[in-house]
Amino acid sequence: MDIETHNYDVVVIGAGGAGLRAAIEAQGRGLRTALVCKSLLGKAHTVMAEGGIAAAMRNVYAEDSWQVHFRDTMRGGKMLNHWRMAQLHAQEAPDRVYELEAWGALFDRTADGRILQRDFGGHRYARLAHVGDRTGLEMIRTLQQKAVASDVDVFMECKILRLLNDAEGRVAGAVGYWRASGEPVLFTAKAIVLATGGAGKSWKFTSNSWECTGDGHAMALWAGAKLIDMECVQFHPTGMVWPLSVRGLLVTEGVRGDGGILRNSNGSRFMFDYVADMFRAETADSEEEADRWYADHTAGRRPPDLLPRDEVARAINTEVKSGRGSPHDGVFLDIASRRSPEYIRRRLPSMYHQFMELAGVDITKEPMEVGPTCHYFMGGVRVDPDTEAADVPGLFAVGEVSGGMHGANRLGGNSLSDLVVFGRRAGISASELAEGRTGIPTVDLSEARAVIDEANTPFARSGGENPYTVHNDLQDLMQSLVGIIRTGAELDEALDQLEVLKERASNVSVEGTPRYNPGWNLATDLPAMLTVSRCVTLAARERKESRGGHTREDFPTADPELGKVNFVLSQPAGGGFEGEIKVAPEPIPEMPADLRALLEENI
Amino acid sequence: MEDVTMRIWRGDETGGAFCDYTLPSQEGEVVLDVIHRLQATLASDLACRWNCKAGKCGSCSAEINGKPRLMCMTRMDQLPDGPVTVAPMRTFPIVRDLVTDVSFNYEMARRVPVFAPAPPGPDGYRMQQIDIERGQEFRKCIECFMCQDVCHVIRDHEENKQVFAGPRFFIRYAELEMHPLDTNDRRELVRQRMGLGMCNITKCCTEVCPEHIKITDNAIIPLKERAIDASYDPVAWLGRKILRRPKRSPEEAVGSSGR
Repeated sequence: MDIETHNYDVVVIGAGGAGLRAAIEAQGRGLRTALVCKSLLGKAHTVMAEGGIAAAMRNVYAEDSWQVHFRDTMRGGKMLNHWRMAQLHAQEAPDRVYELEAWGALFDRTADGRILQRDFGGHRYARLAHVGDRTGLEMIRTLQQKAVASDVDVFMECKILRLLNDAEGRVAGAVGYWRASGEPVLFTAKAIVLATGGAGKSWKFTSNSWECTGDGHAMALWAGAKLIDMECVQFHPTGMVWPLSVRGLLVTEGVRGDGGILRNSNGSRFMFDYVADMFRAETADSEEEADRWYADHTAGRRPPDLLPRDEVARAINTEVKSGRGSPHDGVFLDIASRRSPEYIRRRLPSMYHQFMELAGVDITKEPMEVGPTCHYFMGGVRVDPDTEAADVPGLFAVGEVSGGMHGANRLGGNSLSDLVVFGRRAGISASELAEGRTGIPTVDLSEARAVIDEANTPFARSGGENPYTVHNDLQDLMQSLVGIIRTGAELDEALDQLEVLKERASNVSVEGTPRYNPGWNLATDLPAMLTVSRCVTLAARERKESRGGHTREDFPTADPELGKVNFVLSQPAGGGFEGEIKVAPEPIPEMPADLRALLEENI
Repeated sequence: MEDVTMRIWRGDETGGAFCDYTLPSQEGEVVLDVIHRLQATLASDLACRWNCKAGKCGSCSAEINGKPRLMCMTRMDQLPDGPVTVAPMRTFPIVRDLVTDVSFNYEMARRVPVFAPAPPGPDGYRMQQIDIERGQEFRKCIECFMCQDVCHVIRDHEENKQVFAGPRFFIRYAELEMHPLDTNDRRELVRQRMGLGMCNITKCCTEVCPEHIKITDNAIIPLKERAIDASYDPVAWLGRKILRRPKRSPEEAVGSSGR
């Protein structure tokens, strides 16, 4: 079997914001760069980001600074973040926003013509540059147009199955197939940047698209890289809950940033009952104070509706379980009674259309029903904070597939800035690595062929299970046993059931031919989904405390000792879907004293 | 609940036909939900594109009961009784089933001369909200390519694809033309090479736009006016005569792109 082969200096896998930014950087530095993506260019999950991009540009509140942004990020992440990533992110985000503007992005403006910034959960000051509620679209289109203008070679609708190591153990290739033809394709490269996003498609109620199957997390682990914080999965507090077919679809935090409030079935603003000690000093304790804050942040403290996402999601979960939920097991998100219809339609146009067209609800007249939805992976490939290099040479990871930046819980708006801050850095360091390497990277072709053969086995098998059934059962399992609230017994049970699902995934069969065949495509996504699900469950079992996105009913409080470690998952290089996954605690890097002081100061 | 019949085009570049599938209907579903249920039960190899399932990515364009629509935003209970036909976009070559080869659009995107901003002032760029709102309207485009699909200049005229960028790219040219910071002049290019004159403003594109962008009124007509001004402005003509300065050619605009 001959495999179509392409050689590049730098290959970027994934074409969301992070992958695009890395590719623009590498190409701009004169490296031959390929961008490989599973969908068409411009369709990646970044397009779904709504609220904005967080950067302390001080356009609305001059009191803001990178130090305050750093502090908010660390506190939001419950101090599990890598301090250096949080620092670099807060320092460099403003430059990256101005860069997007110089590349053609049209952000909403202040009265004096600068970039407008909006309020979001966990951010002390109005900090999110935005375009209505379609900021992700603006960002991906800007980066896409810049990448095309830079002449990056783009390989669309191409699924990568495995990374390949060379004889020295460096990552040197990636093998996969074209979705349109089903034909195999091999990329060799001096440096590979993973920018494959998250893995939310393993949960039943999720804001994620079909693409978010954790390919990069799994491929990195199999190639010898290490994953951290995989137990920390963010359940966004506000997903749609009805109709059932759109359950999980995201409702932007911008609704609350722009004045929307949460109520239970008694009409009570229940978030006032859920203010954790950590946030009490800066959170309003009456409705009057909270309402004053919207107009002037110095006239009152923040409303509890804008606490970090983990806090709000848990509160909604408790309200629903206590019988105070809305008719479809959510709570009410009300902006209709608080803002004018014109304001709502101007600030939140896609929310207006989403509810009008999909649920028949006019959000300018009646409240929305919302509930938690699986949204984001804080955990991912462990990287060097400055270079985004993974633990295996030749490999870099950036964006949602990387871990460390967001700790145990990500603040809204910090993902878009993460993508461009670290996308650029990964592009630089991948370029520098590639420049230092001579010759054409070589991989073992027989290994590539074996990966392709294995991917094609569902065609040869007859009478096996339908991959959709296996996927559906995986989603039910992760939703019910590894969801927003976890217990040790349920996590044990989940691990047992994941073993069964592994067997079932190895025995699926598909009909038709490899040409644009979604059933087969799903069958080839299952190994990564199962590996990532095992990683989440293993790490969740080890973290016997509640912290950020990880909540244990049997260990309901945070344990200061566990706050000093990351749980690290690993496999020997060449491991795989069948292989054992090891999990071990490692101390989190110690923060310098000057940064630690920032966390204690009242800034 | 009642059953629903889906009449879906199946096939590839060598040909195909509509196939009927009947399955129980469910409350609140959109066309894409039914397609997904079909894939999970009766037709696991039924090819279609989709990503966000929220009308934001523009992947799941198809012709539903003969009209270009996003499958994820078309509610089953708002379609008339009887079989629901779902066909691929006709303007683009078939890959398989509902998936078409939309590379024409990516090629046209490559031909757009780059955004070339003036240098920023001492405290960065300043733009007023009112000056960017027109551009923001065009940047709502989710690249579903349904405006391209429905445009009669290329729908049944493959030969025109060489010389016609289509509505999606007219709004891109209009956006750049109206961008407060841009310095690149693409008016001659869009008139001479991108087929702006071939559009006879029948507004089919505007009607199918899921983002409700007023493609014809707000982009194409103003762009036509500006291109004509650039070409036939008597003051500019006199200026060229006196100063012996030639008109800016399409090549000059192309030449200012990255390649």
